[in-house]
Amino acid sequence: MKDAPGTRDYDWWLIAILLAICTLGVIEIYSATQGSSLAGMHTKQIRWLALGFILMFVLSRLDYHLILDQAWILYLVGVVALVAVLIFGHTRFGAKRWLPLIGELFQVSELVKLIIIIWLARFFAEVRTDELSLRDLIKAGLLVALPLGLILKQPDLGTALVLMPLLVVGAFLGGLQWQHAAVITLAGALLVGSVFYPPVSKHILKPYQRERITSFLHPEEDAKGSGYQLLQSKIAVGSGGFWGKGFRNGTQNQLGYIPVRYSDFIMSAWAEEQGFKGVLIALGLYMALLLRLVQNAQRAKDRAGMFLVMGVAAALGFHVLVNVAMVIGAMPVTGIPLPLMSYGGSATLFVFLAIGLVMNVRIRRFVN
Amino acid sequence: MPQARLAVVSYVIVGMIGLLLIGFWKLQVIDSDKYSQWADRNRIRSIPVIAPRGRMLDRDGRVLVDNYPSFSVLLLRDDPALVMKDLPLIAEGLGVPLNDLADQLDSTRELPKFQPIVIKPEATPADVAFIESHRSDIPLLEMLMVHRRRYLPNGFMAHTSGYVGEVSEKQIEDSNSKLRPGDFVGKSGLERQYNDMLQGTDGMRRVIVNSVGKEVDRLPTQEAIPGKQIQLTIDYDLQQVAEQSLGPRDGAVVALDPRTGEVLAMVSHPAADPNDFAVRISGKEWKDLNDDPDKPMLNRAIQAQLAPGSVFKIIMATAMLEDKVPPESFTAFCPGYATFYGRQFKCWVYGKSSHGTVDLHTAITKSCDIFFYNVGMRLGIDRISYYASHLGLGRRTGIDLPSEEPGLVPSEEWAQRVYHRKWYAGETISVAIGQGAVTATPLQLAKVIGGIAMGGIYKQPHLLKDAQNVGEERFQISESTVEKVTDGMYGVVNEAGGTASALKLTGIEFSGKSGTAQIIGYDLRSRLGKVKEFKDNSWFVGYAPRRTPEIVVSVLVQAGGHGSEAAGPVVRDVIKAYYDKKAKKFDGQVTADGKGYDPGKTAPPATALQPVLKQQTQPDAVPVRARAEVNPR
Repeated sequence: MKDAPGTRDYDWWLIAILLAICTLGVIEIYSATQGSSLAGMHTKQIRWLALGFILMFVLSRLDYHLILDQAWILYLVGVVALVAVLIFGHTRFGAKRWLPLIGELFQVSELVKLIIIIWLARFFAEVRTDELSLRDLIKAGLLVALPLGLILKQPDLGTALVLMPLLVVGAFLGGLQWQHAAVITLAGALLVGSVFYPPVSKHILKPYQRERITSFLHPEEDAKGSGYQLLQSKIAVGSGGFWGKGFRNGTQNQLGYIPVRYSDFIMSAWAEEQGFKGVLIALGLYMALLLRLVQNAQRAKDRAGMFLVMGVAAALGFHVLVNVAMVIGAMPVTGIPLPLMSYGGSATLFVFLAIGLVMNVRIRRFVN
Repeated sequence: MPQARLAVVSYVIVGMIGLLLIGFWKLQVIDSDKYSQWADRNRIRSIPVIAPRGRMLDRDGRVLVDNYPSFSVLLLRDDPALVMKDLPLIAEGLGVPLNDLADQLDSTRELPKFQPIVIKPEATPADVAFIESHRSDIPLLEMLMVHRRRYLPNGFMAHTSGYVGEVSEKQIEDSNSKLRPGDFVGKSGLERQYNDMLQGTDGMRRVIVNSVGKEVDRLPTQEAIPGKQIQLTIDYDLQQVAEQSLGPRDGAVVALDPRTGEVLAMVSHPAADPNDFAVRISGKEWKDLNDDPDKPMLNRAIQAQLAPGSVFKIIMATAMLEDKVPPESFTAFCPGYATFYGRQFKCWVYGKSSHGTVDLHTAITKSCDIFFYNVGMRLGIDRISYYASHLGLGRRTGIDLPSEEPGLVPSEEWAQRVYHRKWYAGETISVAIGQGAVTATPLQLAKVIGGIAMGGIYKQPHLLKDAQNVGEERFQISESTVEKVTDGMYGVVNEAGGTASALKLTGIEFSGKSGTAQIIGYDLRSRLGKVKEFKDNSWFVGYAPRRTPEIVVSVLVQAGGHGSEAAGPVVRDVIKAYYDKKAKKFDGQVTADGKGYDPGKTAPPATALQPVLKQQTQPDAVPVRARAEVNPR
């Protein structure tokens, strides 16, 4: 067996992009919270980032094939953890999502995201045919539906939804046939439509989720807060103009008009202070990140590696899309954070672990 | 490796980022201004600085209508859910019925949510304490300092000054957004007539707040421009005398200077106290006032259109002398009644005595109906109508007050137009003694009689001192006519047998004419007996001196009975007061406090400019922080 891969095989460009995004995040967290009761959050974020980097390197040392071999066990662990959280979990903001571990609360669904990426990678890698058969498709769908349903029960609609693009992208790359794609699209459209259509959504969604849809469609009706949140976000973003109001000068976020400006709405605060030029930089970096991931996938040694990397790309891409669309008022409030910029322990660790997997794949691309 | 599909994913990623950037472009570049404005609106709160309304002074500079500072309680409606939750607590804490609050919220539903509404116009110290102590748990209340109108108490000069009230929706629409809900504007009287001058312009205090409404900084204040004060022609001392002399009876007093048209006093009873409206009047109280059969909201001086009775004979006399129909030397025989067109018409002395042979002068001094029936019959309604209208009846005087009524001068044309019938000659007989269809207001009679005594020069009555462009009408009356008519009016008061001889004043050429206007006919009255509602209206219009008078006083006492008995003494009192004051003025002394009308007492010397209103003590300095509206949540 060849020696363990050396440091020059690490994707330094990817790490550079990561660092850049993290820096923007810390800057904005600092600016948005300084002078308020939340000051000092940026230091906590730096700690999480540091831990994340360490974990990323650790995970990258472990051969991903070994991880993939444990896919089914991991799947079980994930399901058990989800059930555990429904029974024993800590409730915060009316949702049971957290389990205490080593003194901190961890969001279980973040781990499950990772597990599903791994599991789906193994599943699709084992498909021997060029085209994905219907049977395989349904099997994958059902096995994803289980954790999805469990997450939905917490309730955590946002994270549950993340599992969808994992399945879709995996299936697409695994040889999804056009007719199946059409059916799925139709089903998806129906699902989305039903979510927006009150008589049906009454049965699927919880009241606060329905209310989010309503306030998304009619933000001016001032429905209990989330319409207000979207409106305030747009105001903050729009009033930033092209050049932005300047570091620490974002009046809307500073004065507290944007809710959770350090996590879910961090992009609003960034857009307000840095303007369109700042948004261009941030979104440019995200695009670079995602495309870099695709490149790593293209150069992966085997299909399993590719699926792994693309699973990570799908997850991160979905997060960015949904979060940023919410910030500009194009999507309802979902509670999905912006990877690496939003403050938050579990979410940040998830990203780094996921990137760790990607590194993993990359550095072994020449290995036999 | 599905390279092609991987490439597709790359394109999707780029496309997705592109779409997001387009979204940002729209917000940050295309619509940036709109959102900047909204951002400002979020954080900049504008609190109006209410401009004080201009005061009203009398002709000597004494304050008649003033302002005092007070605090209004505002309800911030940005957060409807929070409002509904806290409403019962607010209602209890401020002592406002919950239903009233709910109604108010309902009626202001259409207003933009960031506009607060006034829920309690006069905050008591207890209210202030309640609001301050609940600043954090009920962030919906705010206090605004306003100026409230203060009028002289008990309805003194109430109809003339008018009152202020909250602006109506229609007025807001018409004002081109100059007026906002909760603004106070003049609703009647001078307050309304001169509202633009009195109102002033509110200023604006602007503060920057954070999302919980805490003031964080402030921007330069735009100062309020106070309203201009106006000086009236009203003489407080004469007004005082007139108010007291008329007393509790229903009626009106108008005193004016016919040389200039300046109105020296204007009284209308009954009157409601406008201090009550200046705060807020409940719906029920308002309805009661409007439904009250005594009509306290009516300004009788300019709105009571009643038959003038014998006062009209002066117009008849003028018409007769100018037209020479019948000729000046005409006499009539009055046995107490006469028959015209097959009907019997009585003279007012019927049953008591008779006038015998009367000429014009005697007919005026003794107010003989028979004489004037004859004159009327000979002149005919159209000539009567001609003189009446040219001398000033049947149309508004144009005084600077809203809602003046024109009265009525009947004619053949009028009968045709309104009733589509011929004018009956018998009706002329009634009109000739100021009954029938002819009506006039007390102000009109003052103007007419004054104008005749001035030789045919009619100045427009007005209330604003030093007004520019006071209208003037002239009507050609020959010198001999004026001489004869004024002689007659002098005789009414100063000759033995004159209907008002009891009112004579020494040293003053007090002249005038009484009027006793029937409300119902004799026959009907004899059937119904003496019922107060049907008692005659008592009129008296007097002036002094006998030519080129300085003051004309017109008084109506409803259901007062005989003109000289009820209305006459009021006229005398006012004219006497006028001369007393004139005499004292030449001694360098001015009645300053008008505490009670007693011409015998020498009034103490006083400065000319002295407020007659008792100064209300300033409310204790209320620690009102510059709070702003709570941000919508």
